[in-house]
Order: sequence, then structure tokens, then C-alpha cells
Amino acid sequence: MEITSTLFAAKAIYIGLIFAITLGVAAYSTYGERIVAAWMQDRVGPDRAGPFGIFQPLADAVKMFMKEDFIPANSSKWLFIAWPCLSMLTALLTSAVVPFGDKLDLGGGIEMDLQGIDVNIGILWVFGIVSLGVYGILVGGWASNNKYSLLGAIRAASQNISYELAMGLSIIAILMMTGSLSTKVIVETQQNGAGFLSWNIWSQPIGFVIFIVCAFAECNRTPFDLPECETELIGGYHTEYSSMKLGFYLFSEYINMFVSGAVMATLYFGGYDYPFNEVVEAQFGQNIAALVGVGALMGKALFFVFVFMWVRWTLPRFRYDQLMNLGWTGLIPISMFNVVWTGLSILIPTTFNLPAWASIVVSWSGIGVLLIGLIIYHGATSKKKTVALAH
Amino acid sequence: MNFWYFLTALTLLSALMVVFAKNPIHSVLYLVFTFFCISGHYVLLNAQFLMAVNIIVYAGAIMVLFLFVIMMLDLRKNVPESKSNLTKLAGAVLGGTLLVVFIAATRHMNLGNGSGAIGAQTGMVESLGMILYKDYLLPFELVSVLFFVAMVGAVMLGKREAGERNF
Repeated sequence: MEITSTLFAAKAIYIGLIFAITLGVAAYSTYGERIVAAWMQDRVGPDRAGPFGIFQPLADAVKMFMKEDFIPANSSKWLFIAWPCLSMLTALLTSAVVPFGDKLDLGGGIEMDLQGIDVNIGILWVFGIVSLGVYGILVGGWASNNKYSLLGAIRAASQNISYELAMGLSIIAILMMTGSLSTKVIVETQQNGAGFLSWNIWSQPIGFVIFIVCAFAECNRTPFDLPECETELIGGYHTEYSSMKLGFYLFSEYINMFVSGAVMATLYFGGYDYPFNEVVEAQFGQNIAALVGVGALMGKALFFVFVFMWVRWTLPRFRYDQLMNLGWTGLIPISMFNVVWTGLSILIPTTFNLPAWASIVVSWSGIGVLLIGLIIYHGATSKKKTVALAH
Repeated sequence: MNFWYFLTALTLLSALMVVFAKNPIHSVLYLVFTFFCISGHYVLLNAQFLMAVNIIVYAGAIMVLFLFVIMMLDLRKNVPESKSNLTKLAGAVLGGTLLVVFIAATRHMNLGNGSGAIGAQTGMVESLGMILYKDYLLPFELVSVLFFVAMVGAVMLGKREAGERNF
């Protein structure tokens, strides 16, 4: 009885902490975005609120709350209010299954996983919640009773649905290698072996590129931020939103960035694994090793948040037909190829009794095969196009 | 058990709201909520995989397409006129007959005493995969062929024909 109550209290504290950290990171991502933008554009950036402008997010929050909260006439009032909240909810739910660290020894033989829930379908949970994120935008845009909002919402929904497919297929390759849907098991299989050499990124280079591109599209970040393309749609799905309701929409984007960074770290970069973790565990004990692991995962996730910002200030926006072309005729066939090639890279070492590194060689040679295939395909189709033009 | 009653009441209530809601968008949203409640039932039955797949496929994909189509319609123009009394009577008779059939079918059903071979692994994805790929491989593959045919059909229908107006 006592064990369960201690575990329950510890778990509650842990979940509260993760909640607070996620919100804090999202708040400071807005500050980080301005700093990165300023750095890339050779400006000073925010420097008014506090030293180096570190109170900028607080000032933003105060501004958001103080603004007039406007609800358009003839809009569906309840949906208009509820849907920004739903957007936040779906963004926060995903972190429930991300393993933020290894087991923590609480004393008295009680061990706690640093993970919200360890369900054996963890990655499907992530996928399900991501697919629900569409509603926040779709219904929010519809409830505004504005043509531009509706167009932005429909764009966002079709973009998210299209890129979910490629994302799911790239995850399937990971599942084939791990043999489990549990995020915890996915991290543990990457821990065996020599430090970071056993991380999935080495055997899944194509899958990772597909996943990160899809993550950009799912978070509506540049170069895929067409749902809020202000040159065509004024402001997209949140045109009519003001005050903190707009704040929630923007905030959920930053939460999504952080959580998808954590998911990418879990799937491809070993999660809470870090080089020499056995040494640290032997020297300083299990708890310190687990906490360093949490730090390692946070570092990886924050690096991905930085990549999101880096790309935002580097690449221009896609055109809408280019976006759909890339999703349906580019990423989905490539991810299907990746699934087949992953099967080969698992089969070849076992059938020919080769050492384990052979599978990594096979998976990297997949890139070469893919490139050759693309060049041949491009040559064939461009010839056909010139023939068609000549007629 | 108490939680089961609560969830069932919620499921039935939201399913009724699908029918009674005046606004089609609200109907769709209630339907999404119904799917969530059904997913909750799957969790209670220890079938986490079915729960996740139910959310991904129904709530995440199919209902989004429903919303898409309904948003495109002009709702003010497409209000269905109230039906004639004859139609209402026919509907009531048909629905009543269906209810009677359901009651008759379930009345003599042998539910068992619930002591069958149900372990901790029964609804888990591993055992489900074993059953699908060992015992029911042929039906499973046939279903995938069916999906493929449907997909090809959808692509053919959606294809723009030569000379068709370009929007």
C-alpha cells in the first residue's frame, strides 16, 4: 500500500514537472526564436525586458492577456472558444509516452520510470494524438465564420493528413528494426552496443530525413507554413483570433516543436542514452545517471527546436502544389522504398551470417540505390515531357 | 465497474447527440467524441492496440474527411425539408423492426460466464499480430486486396479527364 502511494505521489510530481518544463520550454522558445532570428539577420533582437531581454516571454504573455478578446458575430461561439484549448491539449498529450529518462531509485526498493505511461503501443499513441491535432485548426478555422480562416484551415488539414502518411511509414521502418511499439523498448534497443554508434540514425538515414520533413509539415513551420500564409490568406486559420486565444494557437505550435524534437530524439537519437552512461552509473549511482539521461534528452530535443528555427530563417515557403507534390509523389514512395530496404538490411546479415555492422552498410547503400533510381526516373520522365512538348 | 457505467452513459449520450444535433458540424464532433468513448471501452477490455487504431483511423482520418466535406457544403441551402407523415411512419416501423430483431438475437445469446482463457496478454498487439498472421493470414491478405481495389477506384474517380474544366 505504501509503495503504491509513494509511487503515485512521485509519478504525480513527475507529470507536473514535465508539464511545467514543456510549457516553460515553449515559452522560452518564443524568446529563442527571436534571438535566433536576430542572430541570423545580424540584428540585436529583444533586449528591453530584463537583462538580455529574458523577460520577453512574460511581457508577451501580459500583452496577450491584456488585449481585447474579440469574438466575431455569427461565429459558432462555443467552438470558437473551445478549439484553441483543444489545440493546446493535443500538443501537450503527446509527451505522456515519451521516456524522459531511465529508472529512478526512490529508496525502499521503489523504482520509478521517468515516463508518463509505459503503454506497449507508445508510438501509436503519438501518432493518434498527432492525427487529432488537425481538429484544433480545422474546427477553429470553421468556427471563425471567415472565408480566409476556412481556406487556411482546409489547407492545414489536407497538409497534415498528407504528411501523416509518410510519417507513419517512416516510423514503420523503426518498428521493423525494434520489434516493439513501446517507446521505452525503442530507446532500450538503442542503448546496447558502443555509445552513440547503436542509435537508430545510423541504420535509418532515409527514415530520419522523411520524419524530420514531416515533422516540419505537421508543426506548420516554415517552409510548410502555408496554413498561415499571410500573403495569400491574411493570417490563415487564426485570422479572427485575438488575445490569449491566438496566444494558445501560437503557443501550441512551440509545444509541438519541443515534443516532436523529443520524439525524434527518442526514435532516432537514442532517447535518454548518452555515451559512457555505464561509466557514469558505476561511478555516481543510478539516480545521477538517470538525471544526466534526462539532461541528454532535453539537450537533443532543444537542438531540434533550434533546427526548426534555423530552417525557418533559411528557407522560403513552398507553393501549395509543390507541397502536395512533395508529400504524395516524393516522400510517400521514398518512405515505402525505405520500408522495403529496411527489410533487406535486416535479412541480409542474418541469412549470410555477416556481422551486425553489415546491416548499417546495407541501409546506407539504400541512399545510393535511391539516388540512382531517382536519376533514371527523372531522365525517363523528362524525355517523355520533351516529346510531349514537341507534339 | 462504476467507471464502465459512466463511460457507457457518456457513449450513449454522445451517440444520441449525433442524431439530435441541429448543426451537421456539431454532429460530426459528437461522433468523434463517441469514437473516443468507444476507445475508452477498448482500454477497459485491455485492447490498447485497438484503442490507438480506432483513434488514428476513425477519429484522426475518416472524421476529418467528413468535416472537410461538410464544411464545403453551404449549410443554409441544404437544410433537409421535414419529411411527410408516411415517411416518418415507414421510418418508425423499420427502426422498430430492427430493434425487435436485435432484442430477439441477443436474448438467447450464450454470453458464457467470462471465465474463458483471458490473460494479461489477450488484447495486446503481440498476441493480435500472432493471430492475424498465423491463424487468419488468408482473410487478412484478402482484406488488403480489397483495400487496394478501393484505392485504385478512388484514384480513377479523382483523376481529371482530358478536356475537363480546370478549376
